[in-house]
Amino acid sequence: MFDFLQGYDVLGAFWMTVKLTVFSALGSLVLGTLLAAMRVSPVPLMRGFGTAYVNIVRNIPLTVIIVFSSLGLADIFGVTMGASDDFKLQGFRLAVLSLVGYHAAFVCEALRSGINTVPVGQAEAARAIGLSFSQTLRLVVLPQAFRSVIVPLANVLIALTKNTTVAAAIGVAEAASLMKTMIENEAQTVLIAAVFAFGFVVLTLPTGLILGWLGKRLAVKR
Amino acid sequence: MTSVLYDAPGPRAKRRNVIFSVLFVVLLALLLWWIWLTLDDKGQLKWALWEPFTTADAWSTYLWPGLLGTLKAAALSMVIALPLGAVFGIARLSDHRWVRVPAGAVVEFFRSIPVLLLMLFANELYAKSPNIASEDRPFYAVVTGLVLYNSSVLAEVVRAGILALPKGQTEAAYAIGLRKGQTMTSILLPQSVTVMLPAIVGQLVVIVKDTALGGVMITYGELLTARSTLAANYANVVPSFIVVAVIFIVLNFSITSFASWLEGRLRRGKKTTGAVLSPNDATIAGTAATGAGGGVA
Repeated sequence: MFDFLQGYDVLGAFWMTVKLTVFSALGSLVLGTLLAAMRVSPVPLMRGFGTAYVNIVRNIPLTVIIVFSSLGLADIFGVTMGASDDFKLQGFRLAVLSLVGYHAAFVCEALRSGINTVPVGQAEAARAIGLSFSQTLRLVVLPQAFRSVIVPLANVLIALTKNTTVAAAIGVAEAASLMKTMIENEAQTVLIAAVFAFGFVVLTLPTGLILGWLGKRLAVKR
Repeated sequence: MTSVLYDAPGPRAKRRNVIFSVLFVVLLALLLWWIWLTLDDKGQLKWALWEPFTTADAWSTYLWPGLLGTLKAAALSMVIALPLGAVFGIARLSDHRWVRVPAGAVVEFFRSIPVLLLMLFANELYAKSPNIASEDRPFYAVVTGLVLYNSSVLAEVVRAGILALPKGQTEAAYAIGLRKGQTMTSILLPQSVTVMLPAIVGQLVVIVKDTALGGVMITYGELLTARSTLAANYANVVPSFIVVAVIFIVLNFSITSFASWLEGRLRRGKKTTGAVLSPNDATIAGTAATGAGGGVA
């Protein structure tokens, strides 16, 4: 029944999806935190930049960003991410770069809503004992904010997992691009789609369950 | 301006803020300068490449039909997905196990699958049908993919909207002798529509953005596809990307602004019970099990 799987590297394609997800998740967490810090910082210019970045990036389709990374960034600006001869590697790294830039905006928004859940008194107390802005943020506010936004961040991670499929648009050999090839060449369209759908359910369902449970456990009870 | 994290700046803080601002401006300026130099170097700044956008030709032949394609697919998907989402959202709240469980399974399944897979699958499926002309196929496939995904997200919005109403509403309805169906149609639904209106409008942004997927992967004639034919004609890769991105930003930003204006208006209004689902709440309010990341896709 599943003979059609032979000759195709389904596991390899999903491994590529997982790699895209993991690298992009780490990158967007770092960039998103930085952007959130900018958006709440005392320097008006940085606040403005953070706001502009989030509003612009959120409203552009990820597809446009990824296609631009290949046709614009790589071809015109010469940004090859240190892999100018290896097109596969270059596509992978450009996809990660785009995914990071796009999802950082959503991580930033989630974190900012988390910062708002920290009671004002805590930040006031931190300032009262003489902590600076960055110390208040690093030692008092962000640790609590992170714990309260695990569930929204899990939602961003799940969306990121699904959005990695867009990388197929610039030729990254991940799950969606393999599925496209397979349903064009093989007869069992429904079975093939079911296999790939199952793969994504396996990837996203545990993420939601585990992080949802963790979010409930770690949330600061107030 | 003060915030949670810092006081109104004193003399030292003001000086420090100025220093940070200057450093930041310098960094940004360096980046912009590099972009400018590279564009100039590659000849992307030549007026000839930008001129097409000031003529009616580029708009009437490429951009306008592309934008129309985007809007057509988005609008049709929304119109089909909304009632479907409402049905599944209400079915998930049913008292009958045999209704609740299958509806929940369907919703969770389509929420955890990428839209692109749904579009590719629909495209291939329609290719086998002799009733669909091959030039219409991408459009049908895009709409099918968007409907399947977004109706399941909207189902969660509807469910969250109904759950956000105070329990007393249902109890009062039962107390005056309304049946379950009557309670839903004459008490709960009318109120929850206002509760979830901002979230529904916000979902439009996701739909508009996702149409671009149909453009690159199954050759649907939307804005991104229009861009590539336009760029092939005028050899203006970067300008065409900038123009298309700006169109998307303006379009989606107006939808977002409308949604938040609506949310503010409803929150201030006296006719609701006070609960309003913002576009960002939609997924948070849904079950944490497989949150779909409402605005993210």
